[in-house]
Amino acid sequence: MLAYVLKRVLMTVPVMIVVALFVFLLLRLAPGDPAAVIAGDYATAEDVARIREQLGLSDPIIVQFFNWTWSLMQGDLGTSIFSNKPVTELILQRIEPTMLLALTTILFSIAIAVPLGTIAAFRSGSWIDRVVMLFSVGGFSVPVFVLGYILIYLFSLTLKVLPVQGYRSPFEHGLGPFLSHITLPSVTLSVIFIALIARMTRASVIEVLEEDYIRTARAKGQSEFKVLMRHALRNAAVPIVTVVGIGIALLIGGVVVTESVYNIPGLGRLVLDAVLARDYPIIQGLILFFSFIYILLNLLIDLTYTFLDPRIRY
Amino acid sequence: MTDQSTPETVAPTLLPEGARDPSVWHLALRNKSVLWGSILLVAIILAAVIGPFVTLDPVSLNPMNRLKPPGEAGFFGTDQLGRDVFSRVVNGARVSLIVGLAVASIAVAIGLFLGLIAGYIRIMDAFIMRIMDGLMSIPAILLAIAMISLSGATLTTVVAAIVIPEIPRVVRLVRSVVLTVREEPYVEAAISAGTPTPLIMSRHVLPNTIAPLIVQATYICGSAMLTEAILGFLGAGIPPEIPSWGNIMSEGRTFFQLTPWIIFFPGICLAVTVLAVNIVGDGLRDTLDPRIARNMR
Repeated sequence: MLAYVLKRVLMTVPVMIVVALFVFLLLRLAPGDPAAVIAGDYATAEDVARIREQLGLSDPIIVQFFNWTWSLMQGDLGTSIFSNKPVTELILQRIEPTMLLALTTILFSIAIAVPLGTIAAFRSGSWIDRVVMLFSVGGFSVPVFVLGYILIYLFSLTLKVLPVQGYRSPFEHGLGPFLSHITLPSVTLSVIFIALIARMTRASVIEVLEEDYIRTARAKGQSEFKVLMRHALRNAAVPIVTVVGIGIALLIGGVVVTESVYNIPGLGRLVLDAVLARDYPIIQGLILFFSFIYILLNLLIDLTYTFLDPRIRY
Repeated sequence: MTDQSTPETVAPTLLPEGARDPSVWHLALRNKSVLWGSILLVAIILAAVIGPFVTLDPVSLNPMNRLKPPGEAGFFGTDQLGRDVFSRVVNGARVSLIVGLAVASIAVAIGLFLGLIAGYIRIMDAFIMRIMDGLMSIPAILLAIAMISLSGATLTTVVAAIVIPEIPRVVRLVRSVVLTVREEPYVEAAISAGTPTPLIMSRHVLPNTIAPLIVQATYICGSAMLTEAILGFLGAGIPPEIPSWGNIMSEGRTFFQLTPWIIFFPGICLAVTVLAVNIVGDGLRDTLDPRIARNMR
């Protein structure tokens, strides 16, 4: 067991190295002069030179790589060109709304998608199944931001039951305002996630329902509900949890868009402000940060398999 | 997956000769999803090709006719500069379709090449797959945003920025097909008969990748159109003077409370187009690739 955990942790090292190398080369191999592009159309030669210096682009590439990796390993993600603050500090300032949005979205999605997928699988081929699967294709086709504006139009502008935009911290303003502000963004972001998880739950439960032990459970007179909950869903859990992990990548992309639609001052807004201000170190730092979170979460998910499924022994 | 016209009964006999037999397309069109998705898609493509010759100029300004609701000025109303939203949306279809098609074909071509190498040449396998693992860990939209902000926003850079995060999925798919096929008796027979590797690749391995690749290509096409629109919406896509669906919606944000249709019309068009592509993809998966269909059923 311990050997497996150690092996799995070590397996993330090459992936992280590749990510770091890729992000490093992205700036250095970009066509043209990235310093000039970042500086913008109206920049003077001094501006370009200053940005090139700040990005560390004037040293030989090998030196650049060692300097860059060395500061990365110390948790230094670089310095913002405009505010001159460390990117790590900017990320920490903005992390709360994003984390809470992601968390509520994941919880909400699982709470909706797993029962939906299970029912669809149980009544496979029925109208319920068709509706769930139609919702699933639809969820993959509607762009996140269009959905966001449709929900704002319905619930905030027409029915006036929820606030249009903004964010309230549960630690400062209490739980009520937090929930009323986070509901629409969470639902918006959930749709594609629900589509993904429901599809996988359905496929996985259908496969499990064909197993011999399900027939045995039914033969001994177990109620259908218990067959589903105790025998089917538990055995179908591993692929479902895996797809939740893979979906984190989808969620990260969606967060940027959702925060923009609902004007939430989180990491997604930080990216967009950085794009407008051409503040490349922030964009680069956030890519590294999000990739790290993605790798870490998927590592944790892999390690939880042993608890979900006692048959998996390493 | 939305609509099963009993793929289990059709599929098993189909695959062996399927990839080479032209009648497979007739069979595919017999699948209801493929049929309806294709009809919808053909209609959208026709609108995108013919539309721009028929509609008003999508960039001509008319300040007297600003923010008019649908019906009062044009089918879809006008935007804050008095431009006709309907002609802008029709013109925007071209951008979406071009990006979707370009991204799908380039990603499949590069992915096929890398996947064949990874699956067939052992020493390259670990190297290529570790790079793909790393690439898959980087959030696609952020990567695209970073690439575009470094090299400037043009149609080419946007396509390139969307292609790169899509490649790993194709490589994984092709590699898994190659690894399965190379264990088949007919490939072993070809190897023992002294058939040169390139010939084995083109004659035995490549035909087996075609069906799953077509399916994957449709999904990539759909997700590429969504990504392009998201980039445009965020202001990180192709230049704002080009009326793409993402750009139209991005400009519609300011007056959303007054004129929600500027976002809704292109949004609905985008959703319907992506839906059509995804439905075709699902139907093709059921008819062309029974192995995946069985897993996803």
